[in-house]
Amino acid sequence: MKPAVLTGEHFMTGDVACAEGALAAGCLFFGGYPITPATEIAEHMAARLPDVCGTFVQMEDEIAAMASILGASCAGLKSMTATSGPGFSLMMENLGLGICTETPCVVVNVQRAGPSTGLPTLGAQGDMMQARWGSHGHYEIIALAPASPQELFYLTITAFNLSETYRTPVLIMTDEVTGHLSERVVIPEARAIKLRQRPRPKGRKDRFKAFQPGPNGVAPMAIAGEGYGIHVTGLTHDERGYPGMNAETQLEMMTRLTRKIQNNLDDIIRTESYRLEDAEIVLVSYGISGRSSLAAVDEAREQGIQVGLLRLITVWPFPERQIQELAERVRGFVTVEINLGQVHLEVQRCAGGKVPAILVGHPGGSVIPPEQIVQTLKAAF
Amino acid sequence: MENVKNRSDHPLNSILRTDRIPHIWCPGCGIGTAFSACMMAIQTSGIDLDKTVMVSGIGCSGRGAGYTRLDSYHTTHGRAIPFASGMKLANPELNVVVFSGDGDLFAIGGNHFIHAARRNMDITVVCVNNLIYGMTGGQAAATTPCQAKTTTTPRGNPDPPFSLPLLAFAAGASYVARWTILHTRDLTKSIEEALNRRGFSFIEVLAPCPTGYGRRNKQKPLDTLKIYQERTVIKNGAHPMDAVMEFGSSITLGKFIDEERPTFSENYDRTCRPQSA
Repeated sequence: MKPAVLTGEHFMTGDVACAEGALAAGCLFFGGYPITPATEIAEHMAARLPDVCGTFVQMEDEIAAMASILGASCAGLKSMTATSGPGFSLMMENLGLGICTETPCVVVNVQRAGPSTGLPTLGAQGDMMQARWGSHGHYEIIALAPASPQELFYLTITAFNLSETYRTPVLIMTDEVTGHLSERVVIPEARAIKLRQRPRPKGRKDRFKAFQPGPNGVAPMAIAGEGYGIHVTGLTHDERGYPGMNAETQLEMMTRLTRKIQNNLDDIIRTESYRLEDAEIVLVSYGISGRSSLAAVDEAREQGIQVGLLRLITVWPFPERQIQELAERVRGFVTVEINLGQVHLEVQRCAGGKVPAILVGHPGGSVIPPEQIVQTLKAAF
Repeated sequence: MENVKNRSDHPLNSILRTDRIPHIWCPGCGIGTAFSACMMAIQTSGIDLDKTVMVSGIGCSGRGAGYTRLDSYHTTHGRAIPFASGMKLANPELNVVVFSGDGDLFAIGGNHFIHAARRNMDITVVCVNNLIYGMTGGQAAATTPCQAKTTTTPRGNPDPPFSLPLLAFAAGASYVARWTILHTRDLTKSIEEALNRRGFSFIEVLAPCPTGYGRRNKQKPLDTLKIYQERTVIKNGAHPMDAVMEFGSSITLGKFIDEERPTFSENYDRTCRPQSA
């Protein structure tokens, strides 16, 4: 028997650190399906959840895995699944159900190169736009991008905290390299880890409206079996949870769903700056490419290029304000990511044509070498 | 006034979401009767209603969850069972009832059905089988009889249908029954019994869809009910292999399987977390 929080110094892979982060965050349910390179998360949860009286279930496919974690969350447990591109595609419909029904949960995508089966054992960052828009309809989503096993540990806790606070699925968009990388991971004492819980209803049960927002725009959540008699549906619904098949109800519901994210950006958006103070050129990157970019900044500075890094820890909602402010004072942006231009499109949009924004990217299968970034900087600026 | 008083005294009012009535089901549709039987069974079974949850998928029968005052979850097409499984595993104290249709549970959701049955997930699944996709306007389902006319089989259905009790049995369900909406007492008793059984319980309810199925197959609602009356044979304990469904000759009804075996949670506790047992 081991405790939920393995306080101490460890040498572990990103995938294992992610699973340990989930346990430290109080996750007690994992519904999964094996897929490279995310399988180790499921394996570790299968081994560890019984230690904490949690439940691991290997479902028949990723559709069922996603459905099961929503059900578990509605029954009161913090829940998670982990997958890679093909499984992420299969989860998209139920991800939408989670958003529409405001069901907290965490979905990890250890990205590999696609499309289709692609390169199962090699990393990429090609699912970033799918993370933003992969489920049908318009919605807000929270997606975090860790750059190391240590950060996978912490950001998994953050993902649970954000999902509980805002009653919404939160995505962890990591990649094969970070997931399989073994590094030092320091796990603090349990009492040093701040955990947030979903807002809970107070007052008379018969007057409770399941989707009436509280002060921060988030509705308190009743759990199945508590006697509230709630109705929860993926149909467009009003504050009572009742379906309303008309444009007015759709507008009201969508306003609730989008405002609870957009009005709390200061709490949700996290970025890290490196040598940005005097930077003329800004690298914008995230995840494993953020580490390549970090090395590139130092290398380019040695060669006399005034460059800095804005590492996106929260990729969605996109840190628009940060890029827009930088666009007022820098000479250009370089987005570094392992795809052919996804987050790059957002950087371009926020640069607003004021300064050039270029891409250093490739379609996946290896990390981007810092030298390639430096060469691009030299050629372009 | 007399009528109004009677309506407010409806025996199921306490577990119906009366402010959502009238329901969406067509005149002559059998889902309402199946739903009433399910509600009646829940009410009379003695289970704790606060701890009872209804989960539905998508389709006409999938609207069932929206009409009960119980905690109710209207999920995505075909995925009611894995959602319900997650709920049950997260809180084993819950009584989880899945109420949905044949298209939802056996075409798009077929994989989930067989795996939940294999694991003996402790949930009760009530499937209203109206032989057709009703909500989308009468397309062929995995249960549509061979040669039947539907909007997607205008020349007749070339495919054979599933036998749902046989499928449930073969996959490992521990309780399997088939009734029609004309057999409301047997049906209600059966659902009640299933609610008090541990393990994966499956009840198929045959129900007419006059709008989507009957119209194209020259079957008025009353014709369908006459078939249910005249061509059904109750054979409790019959092997699911022998549970025939030939609408022209004979339809076998009854409770076919009622065997206790360890549920998913019992097996998980025994194998993976003996400390919590």
